[in-house]
Amino acid sequence: MTSAMSAAGTAPKTYAWEIRATGLKVRAGRKKMAVDGLDLSLGTGTHGLLGPNGAGKTTLIRALATVLSPAEGQLELLGASVSGVGDHRALRRRIGYLPQEFGYYKRFTVREFVEYMAWLKEVPKTDIPAAVQRAVERVGLADRADHRMKTLSGGMVRRAGIAQAIVNDPALLLLDEPTAGLDPAQRLRFRELLLELGRDTCVVVSTHLVEDVAAACSDVVLFADGRLVFQGTPDELAAAGGSGHPGDSPLERGYSALLHNSEQPGGTW
Amino acid sequence: MSGEHASRRLIDDYAHGDTELAADTVWALEAHLEACAPCRSRLAASVATGEPGVAALLDTVRAGLAPQLDTAVRAPARRYRPRWASAWMTPVMVPWLAMTVTVTLLALLMAAAGTPVRFGTGSPMLLIAPVLPMCGVAAAWSRGLDPAYELTASTPRAGLPLLCRRTLAVLTVVLPAVLVEGWLTGAMTAAQWLLPSLAFTSTALALGSLVGVTRAAAGLVVAWGAVVVAPAWDTSRVPVVLQPGQLPMWGGLLVLGTGAVIARRRAYRAP
Repeated sequence: MTSAMSAAGTAPKTYAWEIRATGLKVRAGRKKMAVDGLDLSLGTGTHGLLGPNGAGKTTLIRALATVLSPAEGQLELLGASVSGVGDHRALRRRIGYLPQEFGYYKRFTVREFVEYMAWLKEVPKTDIPAAVQRAVERVGLADRADHRMKTLSGGMVRRAGIAQAIVNDPALLLLDEPTAGLDPAQRLRFRELLLELGRDTCVVVSTHLVEDVAAACSDVVLFADGRLVFQGTPDELAAAGGSGHPGDSPLERGYSALLHNSEQPGGTW
Repeated sequence: MSGEHASRRLIDDYAHGDTELAADTVWALEAHLEACAPCRSRLAASVATGEPGVAALLDTVRAGLAPQLDTAVRAPARRYRPRWASAWMTPVMVPWLAMTVTVTLLALLMAAAGTPVRFGTGSPMLLIAPVLPMCGVAAAWSRGLDPAYELTASTPRAGLPLLCRRTLAVLTVVLPAVLVEGWLTGAMTAAQWLLPSLAFTSTALALGSLVGVTRAAAGLVVAWGAVVVAPAWDTSRVPVVLQPGQLPMWGGLLVLGTGAVIARRRAYRAP
């Protein structure tokens, strides 16, 4: 059992926003500036990061996960600046990250994989077995915990990925396309989990499924060409669209209305 | 509460179910009890002595659950590898280590079979041994070979300490293998290759902070092959750089490499 109280849990927050970016620029590769002058402030809650393919969502998430260093601008995560080359250990302990295409060791069992990630995240040794069990149960993989990763289906691998992201009880949870490969029932369950996590965590979910945002997010961040297009509640996004805009739901119409202004060259796709 | 623990009286009141206790006191006490085994045992003692009613109720519940509890033996988790192993090496390192050891074994077998692999006084193994451990280290810290790279890169342990762990694991496997090989064949002495191999490893790590360990190791292997191995292949002498007189040079390189690694310790963010 983990205790109900911990020093980190009761310590007062010394920052206003979990994520605060000003003029943030991040490179993808050598030349392309995938995040190009982003100003963004995100607090506790579930934030849906929407945008067309190639908008820079993955690059932004990687920068938030401290995998990429910002090229320019300021980025503050949980009150700590990550702009320079510094020691991010304390910060990284409080981050959970699920990459879009995440590699793993195929011969590990789910439990070994999540345990290994907990070790990498410096979860105290005595807490690891319980934390792993809890994370695996939360994603509904308890009955598969001792199966090797290579025997799992795509959706189960995704859930194992979510389990490793939440194993250290992160204050900042970054999920890149977490619903890819999940069947409809699992997606529903996953949205419940998102709502639950969003109550005391800053969750950033990158997705291109508008319905995920409608169901599970308290806040929408619309992102195109490396810039912020819109930030607001799902209702505000829906209100932005009129009947003249393409889409099957109010949210989709709002999405296409807002993106219409920043239409990308390159045809109808 | 006295010091960091709950007072005897508070615990007794709590066990008694005293309604006079303020809600926030109960809340703080329960939070403390969850984390504090000594206070829990004092609570248990308090219940056992002061509250026969509660103790009897607990016994009844336990008696009712006992048959179920006895049968519900927790299945031990099926493990394929000990927990400490993954702290030192990743599964992708295993084939590379196995290959290195196989190479040494093959050289040993060839020597034992009397195959004329020697040229002059040296053996090919002597030319390979200085760079062999470095290749293992490069394989252990390679972005392309490690599928979990992206996950590892975002964790607090990513960095020089993790790199040192993996380096140490590689050296622990490879060095004894080469040592035994050299000792059995008598083709080379540890003095000839041990210091150069450590120097190469530290140089690869130092250069790795600039260009990546894999690239640094590849560059060093190419340089070693071009400058030392290729000229020595035809001649029958031990290359000049591997003669005992050169040991101070290798020692200096080792110190220099280690110093550079320490100075640039922040640069090792991920494989």
